[in-house]
Amino acid sequence: MSSYQELTARQRIPAMFDAGSFEEFLPPSMRIVSPHLAQLDAAVSFDDGVVVGRGKIGGQVVFGAAQEGGFMGGAVGEVHGAKLVGMLQRAIDERAHAVVLLLESGGVRLHEANAGLIAVSEVMRAMLDVRAAGIPVIAVVGGANGCFGGMGIAARCANTVIMSEEGRLAMSGPEVIETANGVEEFDSRDRALVWRTTGGKHRYLLGDCQVLVEDDTEALRAAALDAIADIPPGGAPLTLDGLLAEQAMLERRLHDTQGLTEPMDIWKGLGMPDPARVPMLEPDAFLTLAAQHRATPTLGER
Amino acid sequence: METLNYRFEGGQRPLSGMPQLVGVVGSGNLEILIEPAHLKGACEIEVRTAAVGFGATWQAVMADFHARWSLADARVSVNDMGATPAVVSLRLDQAVESIADLPGGAP
Repeated sequence: MSSYQELTARQRIPAMFDAGSFEEFLPPSMRIVSPHLAQLDAAVSFDDGVVVGRGKIGGQVVFGAAQEGGFMGGAVGEVHGAKLVGMLQRAIDERAHAVVLLLESGGVRLHEANAGLIAVSEVMRAMLDVRAAGIPVIAVVGGANGCFGGMGIAARCANTVIMSEEGRLAMSGPEVIETANGVEEFDSRDRALVWRTTGGKHRYLLGDCQVLVEDDTEALRAAALDAIADIPPGGAPLTLDGLLAEQAMLERRLHDTQGLTEPMDIWKGLGMPDPARVPMLEPDAFLTLAAQHRATPTLGER
Repeated sequence: METLNYRFEGGQRPLSGMPQLVGVVGSGNLEILIEPAHLKGACEIEVRTAAVGFGATWQAVMADFHARWSLADARVSVNDMGATPAVVSLRLDQAVESIADLPGGAP
């Protein structure tokens, strides 16, 4: 067993793709760096914090990317976003079998302002274009920086979100909420609370991620392979039925969580026995319990 | 930011292989891009660092690096966010070890 969380983006690529199969587009030796950071006299990175390219997973041609959380929290600048978009468009042109995105990002790189915002929206559009072309998109969220802001939304544009328990997925990050609404609203230093509200188990119970595995590179790789195989022919595109099912799930959530501020109360409402024990459960025991209670996007009355 | 340039002559071990990137541009860390280059036998190093005013320390760390590896026809590019000299030295060694088997092996 080896931790995925502790790997850098560049180490995650060979851990997820078949040995020696990955060919990087715009590698660091091309020095495509952020023009905005240079103008601000801030440190740049030769890959602008993201590795993009084409490789194989289980022998099939899979396009992919890995965001480096260690560089500016994985935040998306203009170049970073353009690299993701270019890779996604090429995946369509070359009829990729699937796209696997190893996401770790605080969202838009605020230094780059509108350029970063536009970049993230272009990433979302490109992900949906890939799906519309019949190519499954899988998002993997298991890095220490989590997946927040615009990239949190982008992750949910994928067919399947795979998380580790340690992974985090949300819109506004804990510090952002505390800064905007005060410590009474959210104490970002309460680590247990942070994981209860954004961590993999919570996201799995609420139906925001479809697969939860332990923090292990082999487990995440196997989950990605399974996720690709599980999407039926013609199942990749976003459909009206799929959107309506998601909307129904969100409406049920809004209704069922009225007035609740503690995730354990939400789990209790879903029917999870002994919610205080949930954070301590091993993955297998958790998944067995969660299977009967987790929310899923299905049409109709519950 | 401060940009520092170094050029070392007389290296005995020409670099070969594909360019490699090691490390991450994060607080107290740095990334190093190492690649073969036709430099008439020299080893050129460019450092872009967020910690301004440590030129003498960089000079000493890079001179040690050249004494250790004696690289020739090598370009080393550094993006630094305040790594300590020990971290810089370890990353430099990691960069060389990642690129190729050098004639003569590790020092």
